[in-house]
Amino acid sequence: MTDINDTLETAAHPEKLRRVAIDPVSRVEGHGKVTLLLDEDDRVHQVRLHIVEFRGFEKFIQGRPYWEAPVMVQRLCGICPVSHHLAASKAMDMIVGATLTPTAEKIRRLMHYGQILQSHALHFFHLCSPDLLFGFDSEMARRNIVGIAAAYPEIARQGVLLRKFGQEVIRITAGKRIHGTGSIPGGVNKNVSIEERDYLLKDIEQVVAWSRESVGIARQLFEQNLDLYNNFGRFKAHTLNMVRDDGALDLYHGGLRARDMDGDTLFDHYDYSHYWDVIFEDVKTWSYMKFPFLRSLGPETGWYRVGPLSRVTQCDFISTPQAEQARVEFLAFNGGSASGATLGFHWARMIEMLHAAEVIQDLLHDPDLQGNDLVSKGKRQERGVGVIEAPRGTLIHHYKVDENDQIVRCNLIVSTTHNNQAMNEAIRQVARQYIDGRKLTEGLLNHIEVAIRAFDPCLSCATHALGKMPLEVELLDVEGDRVDVLTRSSDGSFCSWD
Amino acid sequence: MKETFLLDGSTIPFEPGQTVMQAALAAGHYIPHLCYHPEFKPHGSCKLCTVKINGRTVASCTMPAEAGLQVESGIEELNALRRSLVQMLFAEGNHFCPSCEKSGNCVLQALGYDLEVHATGFRHLYPDRPLDASHPDILLDFNRCILCELCVRASSEVDGKNVFALSGRGITKHLIVNAESGKLSDTNISLTDKAMQVCPVGVILPKRVGFSVPIGERRYDQRPISAQALDDAPRQIHTSGSCSTCEDAP
Repeated sequence: MTDINDTLETAAHPEKLRRVAIDPVSRVEGHGKVTLLLDEDDRVHQVRLHIVEFRGFEKFIQGRPYWEAPVMVQRLCGICPVSHHLAASKAMDMIVGATLTPTAEKIRRLMHYGQILQSHALHFFHLCSPDLLFGFDSEMARRNIVGIAAAYPEIARQGVLLRKFGQEVIRITAGKRIHGTGSIPGGVNKNVSIEERDYLLKDIEQVVAWSRESVGIARQLFEQNLDLYNNFGRFKAHTLNMVRDDGALDLYHGGLRARDMDGDTLFDHYDYSHYWDVIFEDVKTWSYMKFPFLRSLGPETGWYRVGPLSRVTQCDFISTPQAEQARVEFLAFNGGSASGATLGFHWARMIEMLHAAEVIQDLLHDPDLQGNDLVSKGKRQERGVGVIEAPRGTLIHHYKVDENDQIVRCNLIVSTTHNNQAMNEAIRQVARQYIDGRKLTEGLLNHIEVAIRAFDPCLSCATHALGKMPLEVELLDVEGDRVDVLTRSSDGSFCSWD
Repeated sequence: MKETFLLDGSTIPFEPGQTVMQAALAAGHYIPHLCYHPEFKPHGSCKLCTVKINGRTVASCTMPAEAGLQVESGIEELNALRRSLVQMLFAEGNHFCPSCEKSGNCVLQALGYDLEVHATGFRHLYPDRPLDASHPDILLDFNRCILCELCVRASSEVDGKNVFALSGRGITKHLIVNAESGKLSDTNISLTDKAMQVCPVGVILPKRVGFSVPIGERRYDQRPISAQALDDAPRQIHTSGSCSTCEDAP
């Protein structure tokens, strides 16, 4: 009989390790499984966040016409489909050789910032505020948005309405709140009418004000629990994000900026159309997700963190005044401690939400939104790369299209994949902080979930080639002993336990 | 005085030579249909237009109108059968409406909504039907073909080109391109052909224009197909006594 630890661990004495599985991770899109491997002294030796779901979009998009990609690939996610819609559209802009008209670019930006607003509101208010406001160990039945509505009715109401406003921005620019078709290769298929603009304008001042208050809530949480928020799952990481030419935070377009964990710049304003020269993807046999790393640092130490925390701390400034003030205060808070904390993600996320509200406000006053020059095209290209800063972090779409207009190759590196190793590291820190001997407590599990949720991962988004995924199906009895196992190797062969 | 028949209790006048379907549409009464097209000879293959006449089921698009017929169409028994037919069409091909550029303009999808088809209901066959993207301006996505033969009829009867045909039998029946290579690029089809305009689903598509019409402005976004099908039919303005037909009538 194969020992349970043989297939799980590479430690010198795996027989002395105890396996602890937490599955599924609730309130994270898709499914994840966390494996904690303890050593003989009951210390957390290793952590693995297993991604047990894959979608296969990179494979089944092959053969499809290129103009279908922006609509098809957004089905990767129901929370931030606009990110995929726009990243694919940007890649297809390159395919058709287009330089966007001002109207097309501004409508896409409006769509994207509407997406940032609704996704960040959803994450903070619906998914995380129960943990943050009630405490990580509070009663499970209460830790949801309904519980928030009962205890903090005004906060819950604002969260719901902020998300609704963002969804209305998406509906007007994309045609539907979820999975619209507004962005097409080379531009957009509709402008924003005066009536539509005025419909959004009537609420935008309130949305900006509520977003500003949301930043205040995030700050208060830090102030009230300084030690906890500063140290919870804290770790140092390299960072990757996109910035505008002048170094400003820009979530729609720009160049790539990477800095090491000490803040030294590895590359800056890098043209993402050749991202593969600076980013590479490693593959592990035990996870569905790929492990991207910075080429210059190598696969072992080159992992990095993306998302709101990286973006807000690594940009030179934010172009809208209220969000910029919030950024400066965030960086200065307690000697800069919040900007390196895992729970600093939430504060940074609220700063981005405020920025999104301000950008939407500015765009709504721009007459280009009512323009009729919607689509452009130029010299046809074979390859297209689209990068966008999605709510959860940098999102890369890369396509190759043949002379018959069919997609022949696709590579997607989604935000959660970028954050893969960073999430493992955060969980490891939390597990080491909160594990109590050999006893697993609900509190420990809650803390691990809080660490995962700080990244706002979209686990459903991780993709892997169909048919090449090593899979293991195991059957455990009530004692945790394995009673059966079926394994598929990467060459497609199967072997069973016996 | 025109001769008439009864459709779901309504008196329907008809001209000699008209089918039950033609007379019904002309009088402003919708009978669900897929392969019927007012510009082509009735085909009778999709069976969506099945009605009950004197207790017997027949395809209304091929059934000649006769005085005194008692026709039942809008009854749950028939609509349940129509739902099953639409469900089988969805299960037989690869119809992925969420990313199909014909979505909102697709007759099959519109019929599904109109007949309240909420789920496929049958095991999907997932046929392997590679695209033909060989033509520089036209894409063929065979995944969505429902074998209505409208393109076959249009190319043959109107365009005089005979670009399309059906091949195989039973479940293996499929649309083919009449070229030695089997590729559309080796035919003389052009974007202005009638065959380009009649596909009720998303098989025959002009390249590089997908999704250019925003949601809300697509054909079936505003009104259901049961209302719009009457737009395409030659209509009788007056339904009592002396009738005239007008192709421009709403």
